[in-house]
Amino acid sequence: MASPLVLAAGEVGGDFFRERNVGDLCQAQPDHLFCWDWAKENIDRFGTPTVQHLQIVIPAIVIGFVIAFALALLAHRSRWLQAPLLAATGILYTVPSIAFFFLLLPLSGLGRDTAIIVLSAYTLQIIFRNTMLGLNNVPNSVKDAARGMGFTNRQILWKVELPLAVPEIIAGLRVAVVSTIAIATLAVLISAGGLGTQMYGANLTFPTSIIIAGAIVMLMALGFDALLLLVQRLTTPWRRVKQA
Amino acid sequence: MTPSLPIASFTGAFEFIFTPQESNVTGGKKVGGFDKSLELVVKHLEVTVIALAIALIIALPLGLWLGHRGKGEQFAIGLGNAGRAIPELAVIALVAVLIGVGLHNVAPVLAILGVPPILNNAYVGVQQVDRSTVDAARGIGMGEMTIIRKVELPIAVPTVMGGIRSAAIAILATATIAPLAGVESLGDFILNRNVYGENGLLAGAILVALLALTIEGLLALLQRRLTSDGLKLKTV
Repeated sequence: MASPLVLAAGEVGGDFFRERNVGDLCQAQPDHLFCWDWAKENIDRFGTPTVQHLQIVIPAIVIGFVIAFALALLAHRSRWLQAPLLAATGILYTVPSIAFFFLLLPLSGLGRDTAIIVLSAYTLQIIFRNTMLGLNNVPNSVKDAARGMGFTNRQILWKVELPLAVPEIIAGLRVAVVSTIAIATLAVLISAGGLGTQMYGANLTFPTSIIIAGAIVMLMALGFDALLLLVQRLTTPWRRVKQA
Repeated sequence: MTPSLPIASFTGAFEFIFTPQESNVTGGKKVGGFDKSLELVVKHLEVTVIALAIALIIALPLGLWLGHRGKGEQFAIGLGNAGRAIPELAVIALVAVLIGVGLHNVAPVLAILGVPPILNNAYVGVQQVDRSTVDAARGIGMGEMTIIRKVELPIAVPTVMGGIRSAAIAILATATIAPLAGVESLGDFILNRNVYGENGLLAGAILVALLALTIEGLLALLQRRLTSDGLKLKTV
């Protein structure tokens, strides 16, 4: 816990807090909304949990994307697979993540691996559906034109259909990333670390810690969202021309 | 780090759901069993339904109205996106500390998680309705409220229901950690692992998963019933 610190006069707390023991003050008033002095003194506590959070989220997204993308390509080739795959990923998406974490306990135990498996399973539905719809929405005339220019099916897929589906794919990825970052806070329940450790447990009665951890989660989500938007702009230059 | 749990088994979990089991800490009193499971299922549904009702009362009229007027797109869509970034654990932990424990404190806060998807989808659903359809309705003398109720809402049913389904699942999922804020739910089995043991933990997870799938299925069915036959033809 925070070592007690003495607040210099005239700082954030003003006269009321002058020369009071801030650590104790914050502890004594659990309903005190936000304790700036504790925050300033303890901000380094959030470093490791933030890194752990990323260590769960990034592998989960990468694995989820690779699987969902492969499934979407498969369903694009064999259309009859679309409905059953949509239903199967829908079930994974509907099972609440907390339940999912514990359902896997007998198989993969506590810790980061289970968190990564659950979160990547959770992203499948959104990424799969959007990639599939993106590919389905490519106009036939465009594909015919490509075929007329002598493109093989493989070339049509990688050089025509997928580039045109990028906005939908990224839209799905953005939803997946943002919700995964939020849900990863629950990984604390299976001892997988992350920012949830600063919200639940010993800190449950201390709002400042919960608020800081929550803010980091939301900023992380916002950051990744902006990053993906940038990727979309860079990978679809023709859309900018059209809009201009 | 907590020490890793002994391996729980699915057979043990199913036994726990149907027949009361020994516990290490209750002094011989048995825990779990069908009656307790059913009681917690009902409590879980209770908090979910109340929170969903509050979310609907707030978000549905607002979303429909904004969509009808075609105003506040930034607000409706932005809120829908921002809502996904809210960490549920922080919400529940903060309620417990700042507002207080118990159903009357937790349900309204759980409702917050349901507002963004309902508002977002209600807005999008109504806003997508063909403007010429709306003009035709206005032309035959319908008032604005009648247009929303009799023209836009029926056409928007699939999208609106999609939002309600997302909201219901989000609230139901988060109700699992409601025991942290003093509201009984199936999460009790999961979070009080020293009382219910590893089989209780797994039983809780199974029941939450089944409940979520059941509710999702029922709402999907309701959506089919509410969607007019004409729209079904178009989407097939």
